[in-house]
Amino acid sequence: MARVAILCGGRSHERAVSLRTGARVEQALHAIGGHEAVLVDVDEHLPETLRTGEFDVAFIALHGRGGEDDQVQALCELTRLPYTGTRNGPCGAAFHKARAKRLLLAAGVPTPAFITFSEHAIEQFGAGDVREEADELGYPLVVKPARAGSSLGTRFVDDAADLPRALISAMSYDSQVLVERHVRGRELSVTILGAIGDEGEPRVLPAVEIVPRHADWFDYESRYSHGETEFTCPPIGFDEAVLARAQDTARAAFEALDISGYGRVDLIVDEAGDPWVLEVSPVPGLTETSLVSVALDAVGIPLEDLVTHLLADAVAQGATTGGASDTEE
Amino acid sequence: MRRTILDPYEDRYARRVFGMRSSVMRDLMAITQRPEVISLAGGLPDTGAFDREVLAELVSRIALDDGPMALQYGPTEGIRPVVDVICDVMRAEGMDPDPANIIVTTGGQQVLDLFARTFLDPGDVVIAEGPTYPGVVPCFNAVQADVRHVPLDADGLDPERVEALLDELTREGIRAKYLYTIPTFQNPGGCTTTLARRERLVELAAERDLLILEDNPYSLLRYEGEPVATLRSLDQHERVAYLGTFSKIFSPGVRVGWIEAPTPILQRVNLMKQAADLCSSPFMQLLVTRFFASDDGGEWKAWVARLNDIYRERRDAMVEAIDEFMPMAEFTSPQGGLFLWATLPEVIDTTDLLARALEKNVAFVPGAGAFLDGTGTSSMRLNFSAMPPDRIREGIRRIGEATNEVLDLARSLGLDEGGA
Repeated sequence: MARVAILCGGRSHERAVSLRTGARVEQALHAIGGHEAVLVDVDEHLPETLRTGEFDVAFIALHGRGGEDDQVQALCELTRLPYTGTRNGPCGAAFHKARAKRLLLAAGVPTPAFITFSEHAIEQFGAGDVREEADELGYPLVVKPARAGSSLGTRFVDDAADLPRALISAMSYDSQVLVERHVRGRELSVTILGAIGDEGEPRVLPAVEIVPRHADWFDYESRYSHGETEFTCPPIGFDEAVLARAQDTARAAFEALDISGYGRVDLIVDEAGDPWVLEVSPVPGLTETSLVSVALDAVGIPLEDLVTHLLADAVAQGATTGGASDTEE
Repeated sequence: MRRTILDPYEDRYARRVFGMRSSVMRDLMAITQRPEVISLAGGLPDTGAFDREVLAELVSRIALDDGPMALQYGPTEGIRPVVDVICDVMRAEGMDPDPANIIVTTGGQQVLDLFARTFLDPGDVVIAEGPTYPGVVPCFNAVQADVRHVPLDADGLDPERVEALLDELTREGIRAKYLYTIPTFQNPGGCTTTLARRERLVELAAERDLLILEDNPYSLLRYEGEPVATLRSLDQHERVAYLGTFSKIFSPGVRVGWIEAPTPILQRVNLMKQAADLCSSPFMQLLVTRFFASDDGGEWKAWVARLNDIYRERRDAMVEAIDEFMPMAEFTSPQGGLFLWATLPEVIDTTDLLARALEKNVAFVPGAGAFLDGTGTSSMRLNFSAMPPDRIREGIRRIGEATNEVLDLARSLGLDEGGA
């Protein structure tokens, strides 16, 4: 029997989603049986909680900053506690959209052209460079915070006049922002289950298509509201070969960023059928309305199986990264 | 493999649920539960100041003296003793209600819901102040109402603007079903409609056959100045329905409010309430009764006087802090109630500002939540009742800091404060 700390909540902007993910993982652990699940709403006492909690493994259900940026992963390693998902280092790199895109480009994975700016640089040097570089990139553009999930602070920009306000909005969520060429097309999300430890192959689940019902942009409100977005899995009216390419590209992104456990790759398939990776989430949400849940449902994998898979992977990886199962301790 | 959509029940829902959306704001607000956050966002009265011994005594007397009644269903319109104390409270506010014209509700919020469902079909026009109470927004959305805002100014709701809107609606061949207003210490605007404007509004209601729902949760929380007559007390033509609540003068936890309205309206509202919850909790109605009847009404009046002392000090702390730390904000110092409404330079979107403020462990309500037409994006509602003065001061200091960061950034990006 394992005593599992479900780390959720915290103080990122995605706290509410994280609490829902945590609650579902807790339910799944009860359904699996044989585990003692402890919900931990992460706060400044987390180091103490992990040190004294006598946990066997940590299930990371924290989204956004504090959960996907290496902080909690590093802490687990310090306390020698096996943890689910992507390792300290790769996790933070995947979460940082600009760093992730550089890694993707280096690995030959297609991702839209982009530039990055920091609030500090703009205050120091003004906005001249931003305008020039944005013009070079070509409108329409998408402006996003570099380190935030769930489309928070993300805006479409059709022309130069709208750029400053979009930058202000994105910089409310992170001091670093990404300005990306907007690729028109259909949006897909591909969930991938990693191999356990170093064994086996990743499993690529069928793509889910995201079709916003009202808004012209798949924004935060749509993503988390019933009825605002239609998710279809498998997507309707797609060429099989195009879908297969999107899945292959997603897998290439997953591997380029060294994601483990599970991850979600968001892509746009342009009018020519070419896939472009927008971002990769190393700790995607597992709420009832999450994209990962839809993909799992489509292939009949219960959440309990994913949770079991992630715990097994955590323990297997813990053995190789100095976790609590390290027999030298 | 089976085809999956986000929500397998989606094709069965009533159309009205699709108008009801979750929001960025609501999810961001999840962080305000954290103890380190100075929340100027809620509308919470300071229940911690209430004497626990008094509460224990009240509850114990109900258990010993009225146990069976407290545990039983009650009449839909409410138990008579609580209706009597409601009349006492309304008399203290200068009205003279007939007990037969009162229905006890599950908080004032239920009146907003029942009233909307009683009067509004999809597409019907209802007039609301701009900004309006954020809590009424889901009530209007749930019935798919067409909400037309009348902007507020420092003197509250301007009857001339209401009249202009009525004229415009008439030209469109539309009759507004009713006007929803909080004339005293408006939430979120903090302003109070002047007596002259109230007199004109009531006249206008008679002239134009306009029904008014007057929401009056805060008028007893007055920190300075003289009380202003309610629309209900000025109305001679049965054009005003009145909403009252014990939430702010006793406890929001008891969920006891009421509607006082002309008999035909009450009959319809009564039917709606039967469908909603049969009756409001008799136990809680008895709790209200016990407290408001004790010492011949002396005890609750003393309690409200104490609350006013507490909140006055907090209001003053907030006004001083805004003057010091947020000189870029336009606001009106409220004479009572729980809220202050501040408007920042147009370049600032307060929903984005909230994200920045939360990084500094402080929260407020972005103005967009108080409008159904997408406006109010540069404003914010600040609550001063729930935090002690030193926390209020620190919270405002941090919001000022966040605001200055955005203004600096905007200047660096070549935007002026108007966003151009």
